Amino acid sequence: MAIGKEIKGKIGSIKNTQKITSAMEMVAASKMKKAQDRMSASRPYAASIRRVIGHIARGSLDYKHPFLEERADVKRVGYIVISTDRGLCGGLNTNEFKEVSKSVKQWQDKGVEVDFAALGSKACAFFNRFGGSVLAAESGLGEAPTSSDVVGLVKVMLDAYSNGELDRVYLVHNKFENTMSQVPVIDQLLPLPKSEEDEDLAHLWDYIYEPDPQPLLDTLLTRYVESQVYQGVVENAASEQAARMVAMKAATDNAGNLIDELQLIYNKARQAAITQEISEIVGGAAAV
Amino acid sequence: MAAMTTHLDVVSAEESLFSGRVEAIQVTGSEGELGIHPGHAPLITALQPGMVRFVKQHGDEEFIYINGGMLEIQPGIVTVLADTAIRGEELDEQAAQDAIRRAEENIANPGADFDYAEAAREMAEAIAQLRIVQKLRK
Repeated sequence: MAIGKEIKGKIGSIKNTQKITSAMEMVAASKMKKAQDRMSASRPYAASIRRVIGHIARGSLDYKHPFLEERADVKRVGYIVISTDRGLCGGLNTNEFKEVSKSVKQWQDKGVEVDFAALGSKACAFFNRFGGSVLAAESGLGEAPTSSDVVGLVKVMLDAYSNGELDRVYLVHNKFENTMSQVPVIDQLLPLPKSEEDEDLAHLWDYIYEPDPQPLLDTLLTRYVESQVYQGVVENAASEQAARMVAMKAATDNAGNLIDELQLIYNKARQAAITQEISEIVGGAAAV
Repeated sequence: MAAMTTHLDVVSAEESLFSGRVEAIQVTGSEGELGIHPGHAPLITALQPGMVRFVKQHGDEEFIYINGGMLEIQPGIVTVLADTAIRGEELDEQAAQDAIRRAEENIANPGADFDYAEAAREMAEAIAQLRIVQKLRK
């Protein structure tokens, strides 16, 4: 039975694929748990440093750090784009890159040039094709990224900002809302966004610095940017696993549906073949 | 009258180590030891490897080892942003002593790619850890 054999083979191969996708789903689920733990572990630091920076931004400091000053005309902006290293995670990267392209287009319409720093091999590949210059690229962070992994890339962007090559720096990553939804977000890193507090309410105070304001604020603001980027990386890692889990679950379900359909076709073909055989036998017997 | 208190947060990149009301704090700043009581003026300083000692609201003392970081004082809130931090009780005395011995050996017979500053820093970190262990034992 030629038809039956063909369908059987197809069912077998889909079953194998289904096994793989369901295994990947389970792996992603367990990795997601770990990634979520990592995300919540680094949150207190990011929150504390954000609070400290908020104080600094509100104070009337003698020394004005360049990272805090808004520049009048923006000629060039930089994007730090965090993506995954591997595919098979649904539309996670595609949606993120689409969001970036939209924002980039708005700048380009105003005649502003755009630079990129890519974190993760998908972003590296995409922005090499996309056009615009890629200042820094880093990939292969793995599942347990450390803050030292992002230091080099952040330094490139900060240096470019300090030298006046970039007038604004954005951070793009996927925000982990819950297992089912991850949203690409574009945050302004530099200059630090102004807090919304009323100017009149700000007290006229300054810190006591030990030793000097400049190196202290330098360290603190660099640390702040690093921690924000790191937070983005761990959040993106959690998003990746969640998106992969959902995508693999959908793939497993689809494979199941496909198998059911094929099984039905196979059964029908078998039935038809048997019926035909019987009618042939009956027809033959009648002829004799 | 109850003693005045201020809020203290000690966080490292990995976790939050302490968050609560304290009566007094003692840290090792880059310019020397700092004692902080409630009502301190706003201050920012870098921190050296060393201990953070603080007295909690009802007089209990606690020690945390940090290997550098930043300190910010605001009216009503003090934040210690540590690079890495270890709670006093979790310090490993044996490991710290080994580290000192290794550093001493390295300084005594320097190899080709010997970095004095690195070795001195490692030693300072280990000595600071030992000091906390000894303080805790008292």
